[in-house]
Amino acid sequence: MSGTEGLSIHDRPNSYIGRSIPRPNLPRLLKGRGSYADDVKLPRMLHVAFLRSPYAHADIVSIRTDKAKGASGVIAVFTGKEIAEVCTPWVGVVTHLEGLRSPPQDALAVDRVRWQGEPLAAVVAESRAVAEDVLELIEVEYSELPLAVDMESALDSDAEVIHDEYEDNLCWERNIDVGDVDAAFADADVVIEEEYRFGRHTGVTLESRSIVADYDAGEEMLTLYQSTQAPHMKQALFAKHLGLEEHKIRIICRDVGGAFGLKAHAYGDEFATAAMSKILKRPVKFVADRMESFLSDIHARDHVVKGKIGVSKAGKILAIQIDDLTGIGPYSVYPRSSGMEINQVLNLTGGPYVFENYKARGRVVFQNKPPMCQYRAVGHPIAISVTESLVELAASAIEMESMEMRKLNMAADDDYPNKTVTGIPLENLSHQASTDKLMEMVDYAQIREEQKKLRKEGIYRGIGFAALIEVTNPGPAFYGVGGAPISAQDGCSVKLDAKGNLIVGTSITEQGQGAEAVISQVVATAVGITPDKIKVISGDTENTPYGGGTWASRGTGIGGEAAAKAGRVIRSNILDVAGILLQSETQTLDIRNNQIVDSEDGNERMSVAEIGRIVYYRGDTLPKDFQAEMMAVQHYFPKNYPFAFTNSVHCSHLEVDITTGFIKLLKHWAVEDCGTVINPQNVDDQVRGGVAQGIGGALYEECLYNDKGQLLNGNLADYLVPMAVELPEMIVGHVESRTFDSDLGAKGAGEAGTAGSPAAIMNAINDALSPLGAKATRQPFTPQRILEALGKV
Amino acid sequence: MTNKIEINTTVNGETVSRMVEPRTNLVDFVRYDLELTGSHVGCEHGVCGACTIRLNGEIVRGCLMLAVQADGGSVETIEGLSESGKISDLQEQFLNRNAGQCGSCTPGMLLTADALLESNASPTRMEIREFISGNYCRCTGFEAIIDAIEKTAQTRQKGS
Repeated sequence: MSGTEGLSIHDRPNSYIGRSIPRPNLPRLLKGRGSYADDVKLPRMLHVAFLRSPYAHADIVSIRTDKAKGASGVIAVFTGKEIAEVCTPWVGVVTHLEGLRSPPQDALAVDRVRWQGEPLAAVVAESRAVAEDVLELIEVEYSELPLAVDMESALDSDAEVIHDEYEDNLCWERNIDVGDVDAAFADADVVIEEEYRFGRHTGVTLESRSIVADYDAGEEMLTLYQSTQAPHMKQALFAKHLGLEEHKIRIICRDVGGAFGLKAHAYGDEFATAAMSKILKRPVKFVADRMESFLSDIHARDHVVKGKIGVSKAGKILAIQIDDLTGIGPYSVYPRSSGMEINQVLNLTGGPYVFENYKARGRVVFQNKPPMCQYRAVGHPIAISVTESLVELAASAIEMESMEMRKLNMAADDDYPNKTVTGIPLENLSHQASTDKLMEMVDYAQIREEQKKLRKEGIYRGIGFAALIEVTNPGPAFYGVGGAPISAQDGCSVKLDAKGNLIVGTSITEQGQGAEAVISQVVATAVGITPDKIKVISGDTENTPYGGGTWASRGTGIGGEAAAKAGRVIRSNILDVAGILLQSETQTLDIRNNQIVDSEDGNERMSVAEIGRIVYYRGDTLPKDFQAEMMAVQHYFPKNYPFAFTNSVHCSHLEVDITTGFIKLLKHWAVEDCGTVINPQNVDDQVRGGVAQGIGGALYEECLYNDKGQLLNGNLADYLVPMAVELPEMIVGHVESRTFDSDLGAKGAGEAGTAGSPAAIMNAINDALSPLGAKATRQPFTPQRILEALGKV
Repeated sequence: MTNKIEINTTVNGETVSRMVEPRTNLVDFVRYDLELTGSHVGCEHGVCGACTIRLNGEIVRGCLMLAVQADGGSVETIEGLSESGKISDLQEQFLNRNAGQCGSCTPGMLLTADALLESNASPTRMEIREFISGNYCRCTGFEAIIDAIEKTAQTRQKGS
């Protein structure tokens, strides 16, 4: 063992931690040389198109497929019943969300359709175009049923009950009651109540969901080229429902064109595609087109929250109460469940603040809309918007600067470890340092002065803040304890080749957020090898260690630590060989810039490439009782805390045109603390991209439905996503409070932007509208809703 | 099924002759017939810009053009522009500034940025925002892309 073996990665010489080096996988994407699932072309490959229900709730009386089967270019036509013979149904329940229920769901609807867009039959043909043409030849007789579309009436006694086996449309209810809220509200000098609405939106990954299923009848092996963010989870699910052993399923997840949580779930059309490949013994490709993405990708949010806060005259938060209702479509989504978002809302409300009385109710209801499930910043935008608006309104009522009131109620940075009001442990947060840093970045006094001046000219600008805590690095408490086959640990393998390069396999996945760059930089640092000599492999269940993948802001914190550990082991193993060859104590040696050096003075002794050559080709020159091990595998999951909470604080500056209701974002600032920053530029752009996604939900994006459960704007012309002209310049700052659960100390950074920006924007809008006596609390804040708030329409 | 039509076109400098269905759009032709998969398909209704391709020197939406409209014309894709080196400085700035994350929008974004800099050698940041506003990026929040295009323009100005 070398003398430096025990050193923290933070003490390594020539560190690549904290350096904005370009991402190793970006050059090929810039040349159009990426490899996404739709780029895969296999011999004898077929294409599938799905028939989707035009009704949101109907019985399938009959399906006739004979005309379709006879059409030119068609290989096969499948109904839900035929797929169900090969693919077993699933239940989207996790047991730790006690009482959450959902009935079995088939890959394709068999007897009844429960949302517009639910797949019920499929055509497999020589081309996608032919498959789509022939869908029209499938004859389905539907019998329309009464609907439960609106979540707010879905629990009414006269509501249509979607599932025969249940007495009502309740999926899950959770209640929290800590302290004595009623007494605290009675004692409060000011009590504020408000209702908040959050529209239903969706992920709109530019690359849609895509899968190529290739069943090899010789090997009895199913290879799935899939755009996903959890390959091992998918392997477990496909194995379970298609009746194959897990080692007979290989998930290959090359480039992924955006995921944002959307690609971490089970989708019936994808399972059906795999089933069809197994039946036909040929490769089958399914790529969702944009229209069907809107109808079949998971949707997100859709909450109505009644919030209440009680504060003292001095600004102390005495109690918070919320009542949240969310509609999740007809099924809880498999395997993560659709209860997790409201669970997060209940856990995170009031998160940055120290207070003692908290009461919350969350109700999750079934309805005839597409399934809702986890999407970037799960629950956070809801909890944070409600909390931060209530804080803002309370501060205004007691005539206190809202940031002062926030600071008054935040735990001091040296007060950690701490707990939330419901007892969730918080390890190491920096609310004070972060807010101080934000206020250094924002020229608050100048903005206020300008605001006053412009109001006289009829120009209404507003500034709003939002502080938050964010869940990252989830351990087994997140899903594993609830029985879902979702790994909370990740692994990293590091192999030295004969030329001194490192081949690294990681179980976390790359969706563009820089996972491979992070792993490369961590391994480079831990071993002492330059990043240009490191090749990272991800997204392949046969060639990487077992692990969870990349979601819930876990890749860097968990996969990164596994990489640091594996790097440390391989370095030690390399130095063992070097010690023998150089007849030196390994404690006196180190690896720096691909060379074995004397750790004292850095003098080069031999190259790592030479070690590779000797180990692999000239083992005869090494002692007989010594065996070199040039491949190391290590795993990691957080053991001391169920999650590594991070904190951020946002500020939005914007202008509201009170004539048109249009909002112009002027600037956005965010300070976030994700612990150790591996690649600062990368992290900043994660925050910016996240802020943009939050802006989408706050201002533009909403899936609009009529009372028949028909999506009215399911295309990119009518569903608005933020584009370059809508977005402001975004200034990002950092505070680094490491988690001590790992040596690397990294927490997640991928969701803080999306978590905080909607709340800051809502507060800025209401700041702008405050002299007009108007208040807007319904996201997205469309021009129409702003004009409604102003009483103009 | 419809009868196929012969088209003759130049793609990235190579002469290409193929039989295509009249309804085949240009980006599907490039992706699936020619196996040049760098041009992406995002919406198939002309909004997202992922399929941006050059036809006869102008950027077009590959999903709103039919392959037959390229008959007798010249098509350039991200692969061709990368090989020729025409956009190598843009690509370098995109790399350094991390202006591509998942890479879906990136080829179309590069072609659009190149067209902007051909028509306006020193655009303001707002002009860049407006010109690329037909190219949807879900990952970056656009700021890195704008930085990279601005830096490329500045570097070209210094070099000229």
